[in-house]
Amino acid sequence: MSVLAYLIPISLLLGGGALVAFIYTVRSNQYDDPEGDSRRILSEEWDDHPKP
Amino acid sequence: MTAQMRPAMAVCPGCVAAPSEMPEQAPSEVRLALSLPTIHCQACISTVERGLNAHPGIHSARVNLTLKRALIEADPDLRAADLIPVLAGLGFEAHELDLASLAATQSDRAGRDLLMRLAVAGFASMNVMLLSISVWSGASDATRDMFHWISAAIAFPAVIFAGQPFFKNAWSALRVGRLNMDVPIVLALVLALLTSLWETSLSGEHAYFDAALTLTFFLLAGRYLDYRTRAVARSAAEELAALEVPRALCMQDGAPVEVPVADLALNDLILVRPGGRMPVDGCITEGQSELDRSLLTGETLPAFVEPGAQVSAGEVNLTGPLVVRAEAVGEDTSLHRMAELVAIAESGRSRYTSLADRAAKLYAPGVHILSALAFVGWYLYTFDLRMALNIAAAVLIITCPCALGLAVPAVTTAASGRLFKRGMLIKDATALERLAEVDTVVFDKTGTLTAGTPQLENPDDFSQADLALALALAQGSAHPLSQALTRAAQAAGVDPAAVSTLQEHPGYGTEGLFQGRRVRLGRAAWLGAEQGGQTAAWLDRGDGTAPRAFLFHDALRPGAAQAVAQLQAAGKEVLLISGDTSAAVADLATRLGIKTWQGEALPKDKATRIQALSDQGHRVLMVGDGLNDTAALTAAHVSISPASALDAARVASDIVLLGQDLEPIAEACVLARKATRRIRENFRIATLYNVVAVPLAIAGFATPLIAALAMSTSSITVSLNALRLK
Repeated sequence: MSVLAYLIPISLLLGGGALVAFIYTVRSNQYDDPEGDSRRILSEEWDDHPKP
Repeated sequence: MTAQMRPAMAVCPGCVAAPSEMPEQAPSEVRLALSLPTIHCQACISTVERGLNAHPGIHSARVNLTLKRALIEADPDLRAADLIPVLAGLGFEAHELDLASLAATQSDRAGRDLLMRLAVAGFASMNVMLLSISVWSGASDATRDMFHWISAAIAFPAVIFAGQPFFKNAWSALRVGRLNMDVPIVLALVLALLTSLWETSLSGEHAYFDAALTLTFFLLAGRYLDYRTRAVARSAAEELAALEVPRALCMQDGAPVEVPVADLALNDLILVRPGGRMPVDGCITEGQSELDRSLLTGETLPAFVEPGAQVSAGEVNLTGPLVVRAEAVGEDTSLHRMAELVAIAESGRSRYTSLADRAAKLYAPGVHILSALAFVGWYLYTFDLRMALNIAAAVLIITCPCALGLAVPAVTTAASGRLFKRGMLIKDATALERLAEVDTVVFDKTGTLTAGTPQLENPDDFSQADLALALALAQGSAHPLSQALTRAAQAAGVDPAAVSTLQEHPGYGTEGLFQGRRVRLGRAAWLGAEQGGQTAAWLDRGDGTAPRAFLFHDALRPGAAQAVAQLQAAGKEVLLISGDTSAAVADLATRLGIKTWQGEALPKDKATRIQALSDQGHRVLMVGDGLNDTAALTAAHVSISPASALDAARVASDIVLLGQDLEPIAEACVLARKATRRIRENFRIATLYNVVAVPLAIAGFATPLIAALAMSTSSITVSLNALRLK
């Protein structure tokens, strides 16, 4: 059962990590234009290099 | 993206390079917003962004496709008006938006706050559920205790953070001595956490940490859906308001200067160009023109005005430029006073109790009594406080209104989304429920059933030569009647006659020379003719014969006839009440097959008529657009106004029609009925789960597993049922 000593912290860290990532996406306005973002990937602009 | 939302940080490279050189200067850039109603794909996004970014003076432009908007950061001297032709050249319709009116949408803090709490509850419940499942599948003794302690360590902070909206609501209800849906929720959360902690400390078998968290998660999901629906409606409503940029041309030292309407002072001289709306009440000092007063009074006939005439804010100037001396500004204008009347009427409006509130009223006390009885019963039976408390907590958790909390928002979100696609904006949370009860529909005429654009009625009465002459004269003016005449003549394939020295006399008409004769097209009094009851433009052919009249009627709004017919077919009574002349109202009523009509109605008459109908037990839907309709819109059970309506009318109504078409009104009534039926079904489903699970809980057989199953299945069934809405 000693494996739990590793697994439980790992599961908590993964959950916490996902939560932090989600909070970051909310804070950086990534849900402001869901429609536009899903369309922008179809555009060829900035395909070669990211927008400066 | 980040840079865009934080104006203080978004600076052009030049400003970063030389920040010290311009310390106390005017802001180095302005933010502009444009509404782009026609964009729909990634090609549109690229075209607009490329076009705007190539325009000199623009630092950055980004399109938001969801909101159909472009946000632009540019040099301070750039005006949105300069960009509209640029976009028109690219093939996109664009309108300026007033950023001040949009401010509330920009900082959507409440929504973000809810989303954050939802995320915390979601991630915490996932982790706790992982541990709970191991307990349910057989972990025992020290392992189980450790899992419970870890769950407690996650659940306590998570519920304290995520459950705050419920705590606040429950506290504000309790403070005034009332019960709402949040009181049993909070009680269930607190009791579940505390008894579980107690159980854990005693190495007990059952802990409800997972239930407390999933409960918070599902309930927050319902809240968030509800919030989203209203936020979408609010941002669309704000966009409508932001389309009317509050600016006026103020005469300073003889030259017009653009100033915000809020800065206008008494006795300012204000220039109102043709097509512009009066920003203030006042008196005309220069110019002659005709005014369209239909939004204020419902009359379609334009009124002739000259220096000395009184004008009210909200009237539209049709032909010549006018200079107005402001006699009442801002809050004192008649427009504002009428809007305030509406606010007063609003506060006296009998509050509609929504289905959810009615359910909560039955539900909250019932749950408390049930769990208190379970506690007292078991305590008296066993004298075991721990067991009695555990059972009371289980009853509260199982009856907790997860499904009830989702029952209404899930349906209204689905229904509002569907109606939004059809061009209807549901502004009020209970508007759908009220719309479902409607049995009488009252329409306003001008601007609601009619489009507000005149249509030539009698082109066949005139010879080709007369039409050619009229067309030549009409082309020299931007007056709505001239434009209608031009459209009709061009549709008939008439070429304009060779009229020279064309001249427009604002407020009167146009005149010119044709084969050496003076020919005129204009209002009756100018040509010496008798003004009839109908909108008309008169043609004087200059050959000594009496002037003849081109008659106009107001064109029907698209879908008006269908909407009326469908409403009547659905068994609703349709009425037409207008401030226009009785003849015009009667004519329209017969055209649309409306049996009951009333003309020359004052704003008060409309409201009293609706009040009388309500007193007879009818549920009235009022559809209107003018300021004269606002009192009626507020008095009605539920109200709809078109997007072209005045701000005050839109604010007073529950639903706004975004498109030109009226047909969705009939559909909305049908959909509202279906939605209400779904809501009732959802309540029944939720009750059914309780009927099965509550006896188990009271009998003491409930385990955390049963609670989790009942809660999740009922919430999911309710959401799926809402999605069936078509």
